[in-house]
Amino acid sequence: MKVRIKFSKEGPVRFIGHLDVMRYFQKAIRRADIDIAYSTGFSPHQIMSFASPLSVGHTSEGEYFDVELNSLTCTEDLVDRLNAVMVDGIRILKAAVLDEKEGNAMASVAAASYLVSFSDKLILPDDWKDRLLAFFGRESIPVIKKTKKGEKEMNLKEGIYELEIRGESVYMLLDAGSGSNIKPGFVLETFFKGMNTALPEFPFRVHRLETYKKKDDGSLVPLIA
Amino acid sequence: MRTLALSDEILMQVEKPARYIGNEVNAVMKDKEAVKVRFAMCFPDVYEIGMSHLGIQIIYDMLNSFEDVWCERVYSPWVDLDEIMRREHIPLFALESQDAVKNFDFLGITIQYEMCYTNILQVLDLAGIPLLAADRSDEDPIVIGGGPCTYNPEPICDFFDLFYIGEAETQYRNLLDLYKECRENGESRKDFLRKAAHIPGMYVPSLYEVSYQEDGTIAEMKPLYPDVPAKILKEMVTEVSDTYYPEKPVVPFIKVTQDRVVLEIQRGCIRGCRFCQAGQLYRPVRERSLEFLKRYAIAMLSSTGHEEISLSSLSSSDYSRLPELIDFLIEECNKRKINISLPSLRIDAFSLDVMNKVQDVKKSSLTFAPEAGSQRLRDVINKGLTEEVILQGAKLAFEGGWTRVKLYFMLGLPFETEEDIRGIAELCNKIAATFYDTVPKEKRTGKVQIVASTSFFIPKPFTPFQWAPQCRKEEFLDKAYLTRKSITEQLNQKSIKYNWHEADVSVLEGILARGDRRLNQVILKAYEMGCFYDAWSEFYKNDVWMQAFEDCGIDPDFYTVRERKDDEIFPWDFLDCGVSREFLLREWNRAKEEIVTPNCRMQCQGCGAARFGTGVCFEKRG
Repeated sequence: MKVRIKFSKEGPVRFIGHLDVMRYFQKAIRRADIDIAYSTGFSPHQIMSFASPLSVGHTSEGEYFDVELNSLTCTEDLVDRLNAVMVDGIRILKAAVLDEKEGNAMASVAAASYLVSFSDKLILPDDWKDRLLAFFGRESIPVIKKTKKGEKEMNLKEGIYELEIRGESVYMLLDAGSGSNIKPGFVLETFFKGMNTALPEFPFRVHRLETYKKKDDGSLVPLIA
Repeated sequence: MRTLALSDEILMQVEKPARYIGNEVNAVMKDKEAVKVRFAMCFPDVYEIGMSHLGIQIIYDMLNSFEDVWCERVYSPWVDLDEIMRREHIPLFALESQDAVKNFDFLGITIQYEMCYTNILQVLDLAGIPLLAADRSDEDPIVIGGGPCTYNPEPICDFFDLFYIGEAETQYRNLLDLYKECRENGESRKDFLRKAAHIPGMYVPSLYEVSYQEDGTIAEMKPLYPDVPAKILKEMVTEVSDTYYPEKPVVPFIKVTQDRVVLEIQRGCIRGCRFCQAGQLYRPVRERSLEFLKRYAIAMLSSTGHEEISLSSLSSSDYSRLPELIDFLIEECNKRKINISLPSLRIDAFSLDVMNKVQDVKKSSLTFAPEAGSQRLRDVINKGLTEEVILQGAKLAFEGGWTRVKLYFMLGLPFETEEDIRGIAELCNKIAATFYDTVPKEKRTGKVQIVASTSFFIPKPFTPFQWAPQCRKEEFLDKAYLTRKSITEQLNQKSIKYNWHEADVSVLEGILARGDRRLNQVILKAYEMGCFYDAWSEFYKNDVWMQAFEDCGIDPDFYTVRERKDDEIFPWDFLDCGVSREFLLREWNRAKEEIVTPNCRMQCQGCGAARFGTGVCFEKRG
């Protein structure tokens, strides 16, 4: 059966890259003695699929991966057993058995929400909040996006579903589909460049709140609804 | 949540920030207020290399099993972070607590190869600890060295307060107790070191003086005080199945060189190859019990989640319970989908059968280490491997479906002739011919691939070849060219690929290996002129090193190309590794006469290691 697992990644482990997080979970599943299914063939590997890679340095409370299991006691037991072998900073939040027809985690991702705060080295203009809301209010935000094939012109606004000021931070709900993924840093860089604000080397601290899939009616729900 | 020693900005700038954050699975966290001794254990190379070292894992586990001690890990910051730390005056920190190493009680440094000597200085420098032991105050950590290079610690003795000679399991508890006692009594660093010199295996270099003869060789090395021992016997574990071994080794986040469970099945080697230092230093052979190994294999696989387990020893085929151990591992590992890796097996019917069972159909390459090209030279070096055995092993392997063979040789061995070098090419050719004779045309899937690699021979202390001259760089290169030329003259030359090692660095390694106290200034000078990470060819600066020798007025040739007299006093003669000098000299003379010496299981050679009262010396022979 297919089970989806949600986890958080905070603190120093934010400096562990995506591939190493995958390796970490392969070992964790062995330590927790989870009855995972292996691929057949000459070098069997655990059947596992991650939703959306998180950039090095970012934190999250909305990460997901799917595993194929041969047997399962119950999802609570799975969560407890995994949590017993986690390092500081990585917590298993919940797990759910998936419907057979549910697509895999990576293909399902449609959007992600973020909370972004600013480095002390970023000198913010006094009226940045009003101007950011005005930026979001625009009908079209034309940008040049670098892709593997070169550069393409696009309307950034189409990928920004929500944007709010929360205290001194910015909340955003962005397109995270494969091929149309928008990085939160890219949105804010575009905004600050438009205001001619000088950006220090690492201006933003990004925290992912949740990862969403699209329901048939087009509405967004978390990967474990 | 722990706070990191490095800012987010720095961590985002450097390659692989995960090297510096600690917090790995099975890393040990303790309450720093509740412990009495803070110990920083350092491998002076990059994290991925240092984390792959079994010895540190054993010591880490042992020291942390002491309630009053917290042992943490330290590695050399990579060159990118090194530069930032110097520029921004960030002191070197330990991974677990992220606290500055300077405030620890001990800085332990494992010294595994000569080419890390400048990295020792990098670590001290970044930590803010004076490079010279003589300049340190009571506030500085006690800097203690261990590992194979401490069997000639003299070239780096000025940088250490103390060396631990031998296996760490036996005396650390006593040393730490003495340290605590001295501190409670308000005694100075000097008082502690003087008392530490009375603990077996401890060498305090500042308590000895060396005088030299006119020809530059040593006249005498003697303790400054009558209570300090003139000779130091190595420490050794006598009961290897009843000692410290990690059940929960630390599991790195990033891929490291040795990314697997390592099961050390035995210590020592029965073979007595005359070039091999480890084969003498770790005598006598002591096997761990099958029960011990089974228990730890399961415990370590469960606690780490690693997908591979590897056996570790100098010669795994000589472990007497190997078939039973392998059967057990195959059964357990199949259940858990774990790979088994079996390095250092001799190629014979048994090992091929085992490899067939543990490896998948994509056959990896097989490795032979004849070390020398001719039977005559293999007799000189006491490598008991005959051409017949090699060809028979190759034949079996080819029949079993292997098509790739790796061969390791050394160039520049004592008494080597051009004939011996041509023998390398001829042996490779014969192996290729064996393939074509063994595997019928219709069953061949492409050519056989033979990869021959040569390294340059470096005489090491406490080996029968410690008296031997080492080749000059030009001689080394001539030998490599002759090897290449001979290979191109072979019938099957298209099936043979040849690699050779760099010569510069082998010469320097040879200088440092048999060096004396006068080399401390050269190493310091080279470091001050920008040398570090010398083990990494992209950072190795031979011209700077040679300049350092010149500036210090020291002739590097003195340490390498000279043949030593039978009775010369060597810098390491104050140490006793268990094997007697008489035995080594006897072996040196037998090498000259091309006489093979039987291994420890066949016949005792009276090397001296029987005095430890354990291991192969007390097994029944025959």
